Amino acid sequence: MHVVRKTSYDQDMRLFAHRGVAFWYGVLAIAALLAPLALNTYYLSQLTFVCVYAVAGAGLMLLTGYAGQVSLGHAAFLAAGAYTEAILQAHGIPFVLSLPAAAAVAAALGLAVGIPALRLTGIYLAVATLAFAFIVEEILARWESVTRGNFGIAVDTLAIGSLRFDAEWKFFYLALGVLVATLLAVRNLLRTKTGRALVALRDSTIAAQSLGVHLAWYKTAAFGLSAGLTGLAGALYAHKIAFISPEQFTIMVSVELLVMVVVGGLGSLHGAVFGAAFIVALPQAIVFAKGVLGISGSGQAAVDAGVFGLLLLLFMLYEPQGLYGRWVKVRYYLEVFPFYRRATFRRQKTYARTERLQ
Amino acid sequence: MRAFVEFSQQVLSGAALGCIYALIALGFVLIYKATEVVNFAQGELMMLGAFLGYTFISLFGLPFWLGLPLAVVCMAGIGGLLDRIVVRPIVGQPVFAIIMVTLGMGFVARSGASLVPAWGVDTHVFATPFTGKVASIGPLVASHDQLAIMTTTAVLVAVLFLFFRYTRIGIAIQAASQNQLAAYYVGIPVKTICSLVWGLSAAVAAVAGILLAPVVLVHANMGFIGLKAFPAAVLGGFGSIPGAIAGGLIIGVVESLAGFYLPEGFKDVAAYVVLLLVLAIRPQGLFGEGLRKKV
Repeated sequence: MHVVRKTSYDQDMRLFAHRGVAFWYGVLAIAALLAPLALNTYYLSQLTFVCVYAVAGAGLMLLTGYAGQVSLGHAAFLAAGAYTEAILQAHGIPFVLSLPAAAAVAAALGLAVGIPALRLTGIYLAVATLAFAFIVEEILARWESVTRGNFGIAVDTLAIGSLRFDAEWKFFYLALGVLVATLLAVRNLLRTKTGRALVALRDSTIAAQSLGVHLAWYKTAAFGLSAGLTGLAGALYAHKIAFISPEQFTIMVSVELLVMVVVGGLGSLHGAVFGAAFIVALPQAIVFAKGVLGISGSGQAAVDAGVFGLLLLLFMLYEPQGLYGRWVKVRYYLEVFPFYRRATFRRQKTYARTERLQ
Repeated sequence: MRAFVEFSQQVLSGAALGCIYALIALGFVLIYKATEVVNFAQGELMMLGAFLGYTFISLFGLPFWLGLPLAVVCMAGIGGLLDRIVVRPIVGQPVFAIIMVTLGMGFVARSGASLVPAWGVDTHVFATPFTGKVASIGPLVASHDQLAIMTTTAVLVAVLFLFFRYTRIGIAIQAASQNQLAAYYVGIPVKTICSLVWGLSAAVAAVAGILLAPVVLVHANMGFIGLKAFPAAVLGGFGSIPGAIAGGLIIGVVESLAGFYLPEGFKDVAAYVVLLLVLAIRPQGLFGEGLRKKV
């Protein structure tokens, strides 16, 4: 077990806690770069999906995991990014400009939601974002002159100058690049004053306010940033799927994104990536399990949704820290073997505390 | 004159739909008040209630007036069990965890219902004594289904009011909803009360489901109507029973009027637009108390 001896406050703010961590991330980076050599097109495509979802996950993690604001409407920001990208591309705007534009449009929408959301908390906020997402979905379906309504828009292959991302591995590298950039950006943001303000906001609004955190400013910023990142993911998603229509951005997608960060592990960027991998791998795992058990493929969609819900239930009941929490426990178990004690990670129950205003 | 009749007709049918929203919203609010759990699976409880009604009445051929109470009692049992098995282990965790648990419950219920052989993913219909009959009140026309929905809602609300006001259990529930810890200290079995409230709420949902069945047909996704009842509960101020009823009626009427007077597409979002407008002005909902957090 590696014990870090801290001798200065700067150490707490380092990007990597110690050299070992940096080493393992390096190994991971090399493995990711070599992935196209080892995997066939199908698995590489799935891995690309993991990257795209993880970008959206990082966005939602920033809002829900770090700033503590629930959003049941993130599909709207995903849609904003995807549609902006598709429409701009159809007008011949180069990708280098349309990608930031997609993020900017989504971020602007996020700010528009964030400002009224300032006065809302808890369930009111959740339902307000839900309402917002429904309205956006309806606009996408009805504003036919721009979005072509329920017919949807076909999205061309991505190209930067003469470089066309027509092969799976090319797009994979692009998605991976965006993911790494996003994760580094969010990680760096969290190391700054803004990041600490967001966490303070989550843990206690009143304490944060007393310490001089400008609630309105940081809440709005959290919504804007989160929406912007989700819009970025939306733009990539549009290119990956090559066809977008309003049905791809329903309330179920919002719930899926939320499940992603919860199952991954709230309050950790690892969680966003783990959650994305979980979401992408689950349907495959179900098909595989069915094959092993020899069950015929009737009602696939229903079984998928049921297993999805059941896993969500079991995670909340038995592993509320998500996949990342489980990973931390397993690692700790191995590090201190054989001195692991169950009580180390026991959940605190707070019966007397009420979140309701008295 | 004709315009006025048209308007009243829309208000009438909107109110009937609004009563269904109100009943589901009532279920949300009951659970929230007593246990501080926001139950995102309320719409699915209604769906299960409707399916049980369909099973008893259409599949087993029981008379309506026997099938209805049977379905309601079964749902009450299921509600109590859900509280005991799924919700209780998570009491004391943050609200967010509980929201996710109930969302998961909704997924499982929907998928479970579509996997039951006789239920499946098809739509079903069952006959109630009100089906196909129409009454006219002056120039207005209302189907018996709509009248039944409105009457039942009114009766149910009155009964619940009397129950909370005058019975021992009702008062105990009120006490538990005001302060669980204090309720424990004066000897109220708060755990039992929680299960009871879940049962009550599931029973109300079952009534709503069976009343709604002739209007929208029974199918595994009918629980999505709960997503409309949510704005209703929030509009009224989450945690206020009169608020839930008023919110449901407002949403129902607004939706019906928007569907009639505004271009296509506005009907589905009218509820949400109204909700956002109200929340922008009154963040605590129409009937919610404007409390501020104290340290």
